[in-house]
Amino acid sequence: MIKFFLMVNKQGQTRLSRYYEHVEINKRTMLETEVIKNCLSRSKDECSFMEYKDFKLVYRQYAALFIVVGIDQTENEMAVYELIHNFVEVLDKYFSRVSELDVSFSVSEIHLS
Amino acid sequence: MPAPIRLRELIRTIRTARTQAEEREMIQKECAAIRSSFREEDNTYRCRNVAKLLYMHMLGYPAHFGQLECLKLIASQKFTDKRIGYLGAMLLLDERQDVHLLMTNCIKNDLNHSTQYVQGLALCTLGCMGSSEMCRDLAGEVEKLLKTSNSYLRKKAALCAVHVIRKVPELMEMFLPATKNLLNEKNHGVLHTSVVLLTEMCERSPDMLAHFRKVSLVPQLVRILKNLIMSGYSPEHDVSGISDPFLQVRILRLLRILGRNDDDSSEAMNDILAQVATNTETSKNVGNAILYETVLTIMDIKSESGLRVLAINILGRFLLNNDKNIRYVALTSLLKTVQTDHNAVQRHRSTIVDCLKDLDVSIKRRAMELSFALVNGNNVRGMMKELLYFLDSCEPEFKADCASGIFLAAEKYAPSKRWHIDTIMRVLTTAGSYVRDDAVPNLIQLITNSVDMHAYTVQRLYKAILGDYSQQPLVQVASWCIGEYGDLLVSGQCEEEEPIQVTEDEVLDILESVLISNMSASVTRGYALTAIMKLSTRFTCTVNRIKKVVSIYGSSIDVELQQRAVEYNALFKKYDHMRPALLERMPVMEKVTTNGPAEIVQTNGDTETAVLETKPPPSGVHPANQANDLLDLLGESDIAPVIPTAPTSKPASAGGELLDLLGDLNLTGSPVPAPAPQIAQPPFLLDGLTCQPLFNDIAAGIPSITAYNKNGLKIDFTFERSNTNPSVTVITIQASNSTELDMTDFVFQAAVPKTFQLQLLSPSSSVIPAFNSGTITQVIKVLNPQKQQLRMRIKLTYNHKGSAMQDLAEVNNFPPQSWQ
Repeated sequence: MIKFFLMVNKQGQTRLSRYYEHVEINKRTMLETEVIKNCLSRSKDECSFMEYKDFKLVYRQYAALFIVVGIDQTENEMAVYELIHNFVEVLDKYFSRVSELDVSFSVSEIHLS
Repeated sequence: MPAPIRLRELIRTIRTARTQAEEREMIQKECAAIRSSFREEDNTYRCRNVAKLLYMHMLGYPAHFGQLECLKLIASQKFTDKRIGYLGAMLLLDERQDVHLLMTNCIKNDLNHSTQYVQGLALCTLGCMGSSEMCRDLAGEVEKLLKTSNSYLRKKAALCAVHVIRKVPELMEMFLPATKNLLNEKNHGVLHTSVVLLTEMCERSPDMLAHFRKVSLVPQLVRILKNLIMSGYSPEHDVSGISDPFLQVRILRLLRILGRNDDDSSEAMNDILAQVATNTETSKNVGNAILYETVLTIMDIKSESGLRVLAINILGRFLLNNDKNIRYVALTSLLKTVQTDHNAVQRHRSTIVDCLKDLDVSIKRRAMELSFALVNGNNVRGMMKELLYFLDSCEPEFKADCASGIFLAAEKYAPSKRWHIDTIMRVLTTAGSYVRDDAVPNLIQLITNSVDMHAYTVQRLYKAILGDYSQQPLVQVASWCIGEYGDLLVSGQCEEEEPIQVTEDEVLDILESVLISNMSASVTRGYALTAIMKLSTRFTCTVNRIKKVVSIYGSSIDVELQQRAVEYNALFKKYDHMRPALLERMPVMEKVTTNGPAEIVQTNGDTETAVLETKPPPSGVHPANQANDLLDLLGESDIAPVIPTAPTSKPASAGGELLDLLGDLNLTGSPVPAPAPQIAQPPFLLDGLTCQPLFNDIAAGIPSITAYNKNGLKIDFTFERSNTNPSVTVITIQASNSTELDMTDFVFQAAVPKTFQLQLLSPSSSVIPAFNSGTITQVIKVLNPQKQQLRMRIKLTYNHKGSAMQDLAEVNNFPPQSWQ
């Protein structure tokens, strides 16, 4: 099951966040900063799956934006990896060549996507 | 009041903020504006304000005052309002807020709206955050929508149904009739969500699972999957050349659930799985994702062996792939399958070992775990070499796990004692400070067990700490060994290696430097002091030096050291005649974790007589005298100053250990009380001990308890504590049956928390006769070194009145005397 879906940029600013399980609001920011710290410390050669507390993180970097999805043990990591890419392609079609600015400005549209 | 700014303006302004404080200021200003606008009940700009609020919520600022506004938006007629309102509801509200119930009516109306988009919105929101009350009320509507002809709506309704089932499992039956036609869809969206719905139903309830198996769901799924693979290029579902991989993965997962533990279903799927496995393209990540799911499915169902081999080969191919993700995934799945298909995985051992050298942390961890699982008698030498090399070079976070893994593997598969000891030495010297604390006593036990290697061991350990005595576990083991076998070291009798010439003074030098050094922990110093003391009986010319050292520490600040030193001092002065007997060689220790019948204790038999003033008479009278000595020893156990009281936190203090040891030995000796075991070796220790009633019987007055009493089965616990080993409790259970039929095949199992150790001996029988006419007796021994409150979970299985019964219970009412 997917626990959360985040789009965070390299400076740590959250561009989009969707939580599928209830997480306290102050815990959310902490979670986001920790997650982005883990992702930034990985080099390009390392694999995109990480263990964090009791779930797995699947992340993918697109230019300066990191898309991170938190999943639990029953999910297929590679399928989620593909899902992220699919999502980005959809955004690409919608905004015609999406960029980070588009994401920041059209949050509500992306949510419904 | 000027019109509130648009969302874009707000975002732009926030982006210009340089610091966190500036941003907060802007947001607060805007929040205030929004709040006053809400108070004015302004309909036109409400949606803009809520949108801004949602943005601020995402950044992490509190936005709860917007919840009611969201509701008002939902109730409005404009679509844009509704959209933002529902989005807000999904993000801001959840079942913890009471406000959400007000939404129920709105959602109900919207579910019946004419526009499909509005209906879709309502379904989405319900599926996202509906509470159980809402779900109960609206489930009927959702079910109706599941049957409409509009595929857009059906898709959303199926997902909503998944959420409803999660919240209120009882409603599952309601959706059952609708699922009949779900798989006959053309629209992939609906197909996908229906598969999700079916998966959820199967996971939640075994009845549903059985139902679906009967309804021959599997052939339908197989057909769909086949179409997907066989069909040509379909532009709307294509992802890098493969048709709708997401659907394929979902179907495979559902097949996995259906096929688990079920032969018929598994057989029906065999072909399609083989087909998917061979036909999927592996050049892109997509193909690999599908193959991964296929492999997981093959492993989980009852597939034929050819298929399993195919799966493992796919995993092997993954391992050789350059892409890190794929390798990670392969290692994870291999770990899951290594238990069942050990041989097949062995074939890929060399690749796995290569992965140990990878740069990626996640891959290294997986490879390490997998390597430990693969070690067996044949490949242990090669694997150990690789693992030791890995230990040298890996990150600190791995060292502790790696070291413990190496110890375990070495213990199980060591080809020779010498190799075993070499390996341990290597681990201690390379990763000495990361070794876990419980490894030290285990090692010591191991060393005492390998009798012929003592000289070799002590020599190597001595050389190891000569250079560097900062690694605590290494120093602890080394000082213990030097204390025990120092005489072998000095006499230079090593067979396996070049003997080194060491004088007694040099040995004492090194032990003293350990004592003085700042790097030594308090525990290590304790070890060193005890070692020095033991050497007083083994060495001949330096006894005075030892006396001096011991008396110095009589005034040390460290309480533990001081206590030991004072006691040893007393040993020199008042009880000098007892000193040799007390400090003689340790007998071979028995493993505390043995299950099963009591092992015959192999006593070492050698008491170092070289320095004893009173030489014990030769073998004929030997046993009796030894027994007497030891009996005296135990008889005088009440004299506190002589026998150092073993502090419970430091299990390795030598003197106390002697007593604990004897307690342990007695423990394993006594369950076969009447017929003494046929011991070829001089049984003096055992005889000596069993003569004395060392077990404190019921005279101690520990009350017995009734642990379980249900359905006519009653289980009582009676307790006994050992005098010499206060952390052992012996529980005798008696099971009786007050119904009118016998209980047969009675099996009693017990589990205790991790800090305890449990040993279950065999029961007297497995039939409990009826009407309380007889009982089954069984003995349990619990080792409780930390004196924690005793708790136990018991599981009982038996046959009664023709049916198999099983029960789990927790026993919490142990009397305090049984564990304190």
